Amino acid sequence: MNPAALPLLDQTVLVLAAMALFTAFALLAQTRLTAAIHTFAWQGALVAAVAALTGRATGDAHLYVSALITLTLKVALIPWMLHRLVRRLSLERQADPLQHPALTLLAGAGIVVFSDWVAAPVAHFDTSATRNVIAISLAIVLLGMLMMVVRRQAVAQVLGFMAMENGLFLAAVASTHGMPLVVELGVAFDVLVAMVLFGVFFLQIKNSIDSLDIDRLSQLAEPVEDDARGDAP
Amino acid sequence: MDHFLNPLAHALSALLQPLLLLAAAPLLVAWIRRVKARLQNRRGAPLLQPYRDLRKLFAKEAVVARTASPLFRAAPYLVFAATLVAAGTLPLLSLRLPSTAVADAIALIGLLGLARFLLVLAGLDAGTPFGGMGASREMLVSTFAEPALLLVVFTLAMTAHSTNLASMVQTTLNAGLVLRPSYLFALAALLLVAIAECGRIPVDNPATHLELTMIHEGMLLEYSGRHLALMEWAAQLKLALFAALIVDLFLPWGIAAGFAPGALARAALALALKLGVLGALLALAETVLAKMRLFRVPGFLNLAFLLALLGLLSHVILEAAT
Repeated sequence: MNPAALPLLDQTVLVLAAMALFTAFALLAQTRLTAAIHTFAWQGALVAAVAALTGRATGDAHLYVSALITLTLKVALIPWMLHRLVRRLSLERQADPLQHPALTLLAGAGIVVFSDWVAAPVAHFDTSATRNVIAISLAIVLLGMLMMVVRRQAVAQVLGFMAMENGLFLAAVASTHGMPLVVELGVAFDVLVAMVLFGVFFLQIKNSIDSLDIDRLSQLAEPVEDDARGDAP
Repeated sequence: MDHFLNPLAHALSALLQPLLLLAAAPLLVAWIRRVKARLQNRRGAPLLQPYRDLRKLFAKEAVVARTASPLFRAAPYLVFAATLVAAGTLPLLSLRLPSTAVADAIALIGLLGLARFLLVLAGLDAGTPFGGMGASREMLVSTFAEPALLLVVFTLAMTAHSTNLASMVQTTLNAGLVLRPSYLFALAALLLVAIAECGRIPVDNPATHLELTMIHEGMLLEYSGRHLALMEWAAQLKLALFAALIVDLFLPWGIAAGFAPGALARAALALALKLGVLGALLALAETVLAKMRLFRVPGFLNLAFLLALLGLLSHVILEAAT
């Protein structure tokens, strides 16, 4: 679809969705936990803006409510909780570099191509201006999944999980102009509860293996002092 | 078509536009240095200082190392000529340029690649360790920068259906103000690539001869006199060329369609204004950023490549006509 044929509001929605896709890549490549949490907050803000602008374009008032829920939850509350958790576990200075950064980013690009291919038949039958955003949101979901696969740090994996939820919300906004409000509230509440549970879980992991590096869970014996991983400044 | 009515004017414009950029390039560099000095609470050199430096260097004797081959003497002229021809392919003030009809954006990248190849050979030629070090670093940077630059061109070419710079500009002008995600990503990628290609601060520091960090200066260490002047001028022209390329591709408004004197004057004014703003932004970025380690540079340029790739993909997903 040629953007020149669309009204400015829809063009802005497309640009914001593309920027959300970029934040998904930035999240994937980010080595610092605090920076990754900031990136996640930006992604939430972009997704909320897409929801609000779609609401403006289509006149669906309940999309404003969804945008507001996303804004409070994904931009303010969850990043704040993660920040507090990271500070409490004293992980602020911890860097968790990817093992094969170029390979991971290429896999990410492959995921985007794959999502476009999968979403093409859906977009074919849709007539709305935002139909192509479905491919973008599918890519964000899969990129979140990729992040959970390639990261060893538990907090980074949770960020990937939350990014997947962002992608699902974007898909709902783009394809059906948002879920029913009951479903949306339920999902929001689920995410919040998940966040609280993750927090408790982190503390437990930290207590039992003295690190949040998930790879260490596969070792049976008490690990010898391993200074190569994670603790480098 | 009146395209061929006035061959003299066309030939003149084809010659004049690159020469104009050549004449303005030291001024742009001086402007960037001036803004940077002001941001650092210094007064800074006058705006004509680079011209004085060039005049001084041209008047001086050129000293050539005993071990240097004829290539060492020829390289400054060839690098200068290749960069100047590359500048000739850019529509600067007017869109109707005979040279844009024969050379497209890919030829522009090729000419810049030729200039770099000769520069690297010249750096290796004298056989000094710093020259070889600078040359190998330059090739490292270009290995990552050139694919990203090509991807940017392809992304824009998909919208314009042409790799010709004049028709790309024309497409942007015809469409008016359209927000395209692919253009946004391509602009970000091109900015990063331009910083790396011109050896500006996060990648290379143009103001230092510190042996551990220099890239471009390392290759020029053996040059003196008119040879050094030509090399320096070519580097300044390259910076102006990239700035003009960014302006042309993303903010072409104000460029003249023909050769009417009024329109040309307006185009010159608009171009000067846009280059001035871009130069001030570069100075600001160089003031707030620190130079990165050499081995972080591939990561920096991978980001440029990723941005360009996302631009390409977002064109296919969001903007392709279905």
